[in-house]
Amino acid sequence: MNINNIKKQFPIFNNKVQNNDLVYLDSANSSQKPQVVVDRIYDFYTKEFSNVGRSVHYLAVAATNLYENTRVLVQKYINAKDPNEIVFTKGATEAINLVANTFGQKFLGEGDEILLTELEHHSNYVPWHYLRKSKGVKIKFAEFNSDGEVTLESIEKNITPKTKIIAITHLSNVTGAILPIKEITRLAHSKNIPVLVDGCQGAPHLKLDMQEIGCDFYAISCHKMYGPTGLGILYAKKKWLEVLPPYQGGGGMIREVKKEGITFGELPNKYEAGTMATAQVIAFGESIKFLNKIGIENIEKHENELTKYGEEILRKNNSVKLIGSPKDKGSVLSFTLDGVHAHDIATILDEDGVAIRAGHHCCQILHDKLGLSATARASLGVYNTKDDLDKLNESLNKCKKIFEG
Amino acid sequence: MDLKDLYQEIILDHGKNPRNLKKSDNFNKDAKGHNPLCGDKVHIYLKVDENNKISDIAFEGSGCAISMASASIMTDLMKERKEVEVKELVDDFLEMIKQNPELKSKILGENEKTKLMSLSGVKKYPMRVKCATMAWHTLTAAMKNANEETNTDKFE
Ligand SMILES: Cc1ncc(COP(=O)(O)O)c(C=O)c1O
Repeated sequence: MNINNIKKQFPIFNNKVQNNDLVYLDSANSSQKPQVVVDRIYDFYTKEFSNVGRSVHYLAVAATNLYENTRVLVQKYINAKDPNEIVFTKGATEAINLVANTFGQKFLGEGDEILLTELEHHSNYVPWHYLRKSKGVKIKFAEFNSDGEVTLESIEKNITPKTKIIAITHLSNVTGAILPIKEITRLAHSKNIPVLVDGCQGAPHLKLDMQEIGCDFYAISCHKMYGPTGLGILYAKKKWLEVLPPYQGGGGMIREVKKEGITFGELPNKYEAGTMATAQVIAFGESIKFLNKIGIENIEKHENELTKYGEEILRKNNSVKLIGSPKDKGSVLSFTLDGVHAHDIATILDEDGVAIRAGHHCCQILHDKLGLSATARASLGVYNTKDDLDKLNESLNKCKKIFEG
Repeated sequence: MDLKDLYQEIILDHGKNPRNLKKSDNFNKDAKGHNPLCGDKVHIYLKVDENNKISDIAFEGSGCAISMASASIMTDLMKERKEVEVKELVDDFLEMIKQNPELKSKILGENEKTKLMSLSGVKKYPMRVKCATMAWHTLTAAMKNANEETNTDKFE
């Protein structure tokens, strides 16, 4: 795999950012887009645009086919059984809200428990929180250990006869811990508890096989996966999509609408109310093709090497403290720097063209437990190189210099 | 270089050794400020005497060098100020950060002006402006003894 050739496919790197070469270390936040994805959006709007699933004219039929092609590409990419198990949403956030809302409506009541982990992004906590008020449910948090991991044991300890659903991240966007989601799913299923996986950080970096993982729901954020913004995916086993109530109401998701009542459409329309992010869905097909062409195994290998290298150089830097040291770790490096607040780090690094994220990364529960108000985070994508990590380290030394005077 | 404007000596000094950083046990007005975007927090304690003068001021908080330095410099500046002066100084500072090239207030000494102007480096960093202004907005809230947390999302 030739990273230079891959990097060349991302037009953002052709331009200077404030007179610097861009060192993009914020892919866990959102990834950059390859030219094929950008072009696909342009081509669709300039040559092929029409709304999908409504009209019978040529363009409408062609657009509908393109839209549905992406569904099949995604189905194959994650090895789902049926294309109808793929629901397009506005983001992973909406995908999780969809499940929390509909599953909550149908299956949850007073005193029922939802099991999350302390690693969860706000997107996989806040949607469940609403059910505290509306349904009187209890939310429990499986603890992470000193390495920043959530183990199978930690999940097991928190399961009670009242646990009705488990919702966990695949890969922590702060510590990088990869959770044993297959084992957690086996355990949960042995107790008849369904499992939702927040796959935002898993999907761009790890091989996905829904049959092997076995989870009931898997939420994906397309913009973190070399795809467009405004688009997410909910994978859900058909048995759930069939029994859960619809989420949003509107055009496209109905069968018959009468003054006295309404019947709802079949899958996948049932969960795709209104005009969807058509151009984004079609362009996301190119993201999947891009990933397939390189091979997710190759991406994983490349990112693992870089992560190890990054950990090594940051460990050698005495002023840096890495957050978490999970054995099974994705390409996220969160850290603090002695005497320098994360936001000051981010501003100083930015001056060198090094883009990182600073803050709580939408994980306040985690940061509170660590007693930190903010951390800095460098996260990797397929286009990163060791050179990028060296530049990160150099800029961190510059921070130290500025602050030590 | 812009970074040197942002992280001037004065800022680094106040950021590392903030003045008046303590919980006051002698206060009659207070308010909290919070920047939800970055998690910075500040809690300002005031002792305002019968002449509407700040006889004691302190703050607690955590945040970046800019926000800590700003709270430190601000609290130093406000000691022994009357309510009208506080308002004048807050407005002048916020106007300077927003648009004015200089501070206008006549009640500021040269030394004080220099200290305040050291915070003007944030003008080139739109994402960091609130770091510099949070303590000042929170001071205004504290003068009113506002119970509701001052949230930077609500600033103009
Ligand atoms: C772990 C995790 N979950 C959920 C989300 C939310 O994704 P989106 O904002 O694309 O809906 C993110 C992205 O920030 C994330 O990192």
